[in-house]
Amino acid sequence: MNTPTRLKDCFAALKQQNRPALVSYLTAGDPDAETSRRLLHGLPEAGVDIIELGMPFSDPMADGPAIQKAALRALEGGQTQVKTLDMVRRFREQNSTTPIVLMGYYNPIYCYGVERFLTEAASAGVDGLIVVDLPPEHDEELCQPAAQHGIDFIRLATPTTDAKRLPKVLSNTSGFIYYVSVAGVTGGSAPTPERLEASVAQLREYTELPIAVGFGIRTAEQAATIGRFSDAVVVGSALVDCIEHASTPDEAVERVHGLVSELAESVRACRTASEPQVC
Amino acid sequence: MNQFVNLPDTNGLFGSFGGRFVAETLMPLILELQDEYAAAKNDPEFQRQLAYFQGDYVGRPSPLYFAERLTEHFGGASIYLKREELNHTGAHKINNCIGQVLLAKQMGKKRIIAETGAGMHGVATATVAARFGLPCVIYMGATDIERQQPNVFRMKLLGAEVIPVTSGTGTLKDAMNEALRDWVTNVDDTFYIIGTVAGPHPYPAMVRDFQAVIGHETRSQMLEKQGRLPDSLVACIGGGSNAMGLFHPFLNDPDVQMIGVEAGGKGVKSGLHAASLNGGTPGVLHGNRTYLLQNEDGQIIDAHSISAGLDYPGIGPEHAWLHEQGRVEYVSATDDEALEAFQICCRQEGIIPALETAHALAEVAKRAPRLPREHLMVVNLSGRGDKDMMSVAHHLGEKFQ
Repeated sequence: MNTPTRLKDCFAALKQQNRPALVSYLTAGDPDAETSRRLLHGLPEAGVDIIELGMPFSDPMADGPAIQKAALRALEGGQTQVKTLDMVRRFREQNSTTPIVLMGYYNPIYCYGVERFLTEAASAGVDGLIVVDLPPEHDEELCQPAAQHGIDFIRLATPTTDAKRLPKVLSNTSGFIYYVSVAGVTGGSAPTPERLEASVAQLREYTELPIAVGFGIRTAEQAATIGRFSDAVVVGSALVDCIEHASTPDEAVERVHGLVSELAESVRACRTASEPQVC
Repeated sequence: MNQFVNLPDTNGLFGSFGGRFVAETLMPLILELQDEYAAAKNDPEFQRQLAYFQGDYVGRPSPLYFAERLTEHFGGASIYLKREELNHTGAHKINNCIGQVLLAKQMGKKRIIAETGAGMHGVATATVAARFGLPCVIYMGATDIERQQPNVFRMKLLGAEVIPVTSGTGTLKDAMNEALRDWVTNVDDTFYIIGTVAGPHPYPAMVRDFQAVIGHETRSQMLEKQGRLPDSLVACIGGGSNAMGLFHPFLNDPDVQMIGVEAGGKGVKSGLHAASLNGGTPGVLHGNRTYLLQNEDGQIIDAHSISAGLDYPGIGPEHAWLHEQGRVEYVSATDDEALEAFQICCRQEGIIPALETAHALAEVAKRAPRLPREHLMVVNLSGRGDKDMMSVAHHLGEKFQ
């Protein structure tokens, strides 16, 4: 059954350790069902604290080329919503603590049926949802029903979300808030840390929720810099690129988990390291 | 008696269709656009400028022409053609582009982007961008670029940058995805001129309003010619902007019948078509809820049509609503039927219609013969067919050798 406190417990534990969470993004079914399962199951051991699992969509209009291609690979491999939920179910048989957040677009959920999707997601052990094309203006579609199933609805705040709009974006948001570091698509250029730190500080004035930062974070160094002032660092396109550039499934698993380990090491050290340039 | 014309509601909904299903990055801009557009609608100076450009630049009003030979050919209803193909750039598309570029100027935007399928909206956008001195980027599917070379060249002549889209399947829907990605990245200075009555609110209503000049003119022209309203209106539908423009001013006239013609491709049963209402299901794409071509898992399926301008797996949300209300009848015409009607129009009236428009004429061919001469039928001749010479030559090649 669903434990709606998994995200809360995770952030509480990390606060004790005085370090940010490492959040990884991979697309379910990329590059194929079996490799995707291996990738998913190895993430906690490689150092991921929170897992974002993408539900592939044919028209991912908020994603850059890396995640677009990942979605295509997954769909060509026959990935479906049923299979994605099943991946979570099988993962939960072995891991009852690492939070899983499903990320994607509304249409596959809408076509699956919102009630059916939420019921199955809750029983599979999904902790949260990030649905890019559902702004607060459409909260009655999925956000409010999700809360009734004990699933957090995690909203994106962006550089264009001004102070006037922020309260609306934060209302009904739970789990954490995802700050999109640049106006743009996933995998875009990295933001300057100074501007980012100011934005995160501004966001903190409006919310007690943990703040994750993502979009454009590719290296251990960037993760460390951003992890100093945020509660979680999200890395997606860089991991997905590892899959694209691997010539065999084994190599994909090795590369992804390898990069995760590097990132995990740097977020663990970033608030305690003595050498400022390392962070 | 305004049951059909006071929508969308404040959330941009036509019943359950429409809405604003976009990323948060775009929301503040979309809300600003909504306010700016609402203000422009009631701003006499904006309306004066719009009327000026519609007249002296676009060439409006377009004639309502009694197609005597086509009427005789089909031997039934009296057929009138609303000559939108005579507009500057050769289609109805510019009605909307002029309106949106004026809004872009008013909002201080410095750059124009657009998606295009057949290239008509791309050409119209490149045209107004040139006229107002704004840099312009057009996203066009790589597949479409290949089959619409003359329009690609026209856009370049007009100073636009045409970016081929290879992601997804390289057609109109992918061009729209790419334009949305550009917009989200350059949200501060860029205005996205959407070409049809789709996308997030306020686009479906705004594009409809700019296109409604077609219906308003038709109304007064028919009253002048025949002293009464037409009995039926026929228009082709991809996203549905020319149809919505013609239909909207008549929605509350219960005696005016309206028929929207979707692209049936190889036949709706074949699966190779672009008929979202006749062969699709409700879903959410490109910022709005509407009927879509999709599989059971909510993945979008490619549309198919001989006409690149109708080759879109969705339809404007207001059409989805009018379909469910039963106010407008939505039918389809196949590639072959459209080609046949295309030739009849060329031979009988000396007018080469766009392949998109030929779908509407194909419905006229089915319907007109069964009706009496007193029946006044208006067909939106939404575009001219010069751009389609290569496709038509390809399909009719043998016949003309």
